[in-house]
Amino acid sequence: MRFLLILFASILTSNIALTYFLGMCPFVTISRNIGVAAGMGIAVTCVMTITATANWLIDHYLLIPMGLEFLQFLVFIVTIATIVQLLELVMDRYTPTLHQAFGIFLPLITVNCAILGISLFMVLRTFSFWQTVVYSFGSGIGWMLAIVTMGALRRRLVFADPLANFGAAGITAILAGFMALAFIGFSGMASL
Amino acid sequence: MILNALIFMNGFALVIGLLIIFMDRVISNYGLCRITINDDKEFHAQGGKSLLRLLLENKYFIPSACGGKGTCGYCKVKVLEGGGPALPTEALILNSREQAQGFRLSCQLKVKNDLSIEIPPEYLEIQEYRGELSLAELVTSDIKRIRIKLVEPQTLTYKPGQYVQIRIDHDGETDFRAYSMASNPDKQGEIELNVKRIPDGLGSGYLHSLELGAPLDLSGPYGDFYLHTDSDERIVCVAGGVGLAPLKSIVMYWRDHQKHRRLELYYGARDLPDLYDHDIFTSFAETYENFHYYPALSDAGDDWNGHTGFIHMVMEECLETGNTGEAYLCGPPIMIEAVTEVLTNKGIAAERIWYDKF
Repeated sequence: MRFLLILFASILTSNIALTYFLGMCPFVTISRNIGVAAGMGIAVTCVMTITATANWLIDHYLLIPMGLEFLQFLVFIVTIATIVQLLELVMDRYTPTLHQAFGIFLPLITVNCAILGISLFMVLRTFSFWQTVVYSFGSGIGWMLAIVTMGALRRRLVFADPLANFGAAGITAILAGFMALAFIGFSGMASL
Repeated sequence: MILNALIFMNGFALVIGLLIIFMDRVISNYGLCRITINDDKEFHAQGGKSLLRLLLENKYFIPSACGGKGTCGYCKVKVLEGGGPALPTEALILNSREQAQGFRLSCQLKVKNDLSIEIPPEYLEIQEYRGELSLAELVTSDIKRIRIKLVEPQTLTYKPGQYVQIRIDHDGETDFRAYSMASNPDKQGEIELNVKRIPDGLGSGYLHSLELGAPLDLSGPYGDFYLHTDSDERIVCVAGGVGLAPLKSIVMYWRDHQKHRRLELYYGARDLPDLYDHDIFTSFAETYENFHYYPALSDAGDDWNGHTGFIHMVMEECLETGNTGEAYLCGPPIMIEAVTEVLTNKGIAAERIWYDKF
């Protein structure tokens, strides 16, 4: 039951993009096109799950036994950068078509703060191994849900004719605010 | 504690570094790939590098002005088999028609399997040359006239207006930079380049620093910007600053072979010291009745009594309307745009206007 709760909360009530406003740069720039947004969402979900899991293992089997918890921040960043690099190598070699479709997002993801955020949150919330897996996967799906929804909304903007002074990024931030309000509606159901 | 942390971080970085190197060796090993060119020639090479680099390593010279960064678009080749769709980085350069025909930028195409490609036959004529610097003199405050005597092979046959690529080895890497030849194509043993010093520019920094007698490696000739000799109509040449270089070659060729055609040279610079080779063209204008010379300065001093303003404004005033002919333009993009507009308004067909932007 606890796993289901974490999954539900990480997708909806504690949505990484709309409650914590992490990973905003790709959220604003890539949501222009819904297909590309979905691609980015899938890439983020994969990288988030793999990196958070790897970071949990490093944290529990290296950092905590050695009493070096204060290095978490640095070590997590290095792990994320490495995993993205390796993932790109593997994809380029064995799944060229997949690399063709998602390859360009991978380097962008290295510096995505949502990825690092999940690794740090899982430490703060003292999740177990499987809870971390579920939590990071759910957060990735939540981020994808947010960016794809935003992509769909922005398609409608063509007909809405918003004030020119808002600019593309401004109106996106306002839309994100409305979406966050809607997501808060779920908060009575489950929270982390 | 600090020692512990230091040991851990170093160990961690070492392990990760080794892991990446190991994976790179194992995973990115694409084995030998066969590359077939024009269904005629072929070679085998270790995959994993860009097609452009493999072609260059195997002495197939493909033009490239940006050094493989995917911005100039000169290195495009038609991939018949094994290429796959163009990358998003290439979509900025190749239009949808080219993409549908299978064109790829060879600098962006990583060779992972056997490929069959098609390149223009004239690329196969391009050769590598070894030369030495025979003259280097400043002609303006930042433009150097550089002559290169060809050592091996000793002659380079080219059309007036074409360019060469200079090989530059730096920090363990090899790059190429393109420069137009400003010399008379009849003098095949020696070529002249006009090189403007660009702050922190790789090519101009290298060429400006060379001493007399210094060895140089280059390849050529490249480019479809050259004098077309299939008509007897007038030639309009428009140069902006150091863009004079290929046009000077055209003028020299005209003097020796095409004097029966009318040639108008429009040459724009900032001020008089920047108008290099001005005296050569002035004397040409006095000697040859078909040569018409219109120098213009955008920032003229009191001692100048010729045309002033930007070159397209001078052309607006001096170029005769309704006269057919062809035009050769070399200069900064903004000049090319403005001049092309004037030329088409004055009746020169768009397909008879050739330009070289830099």
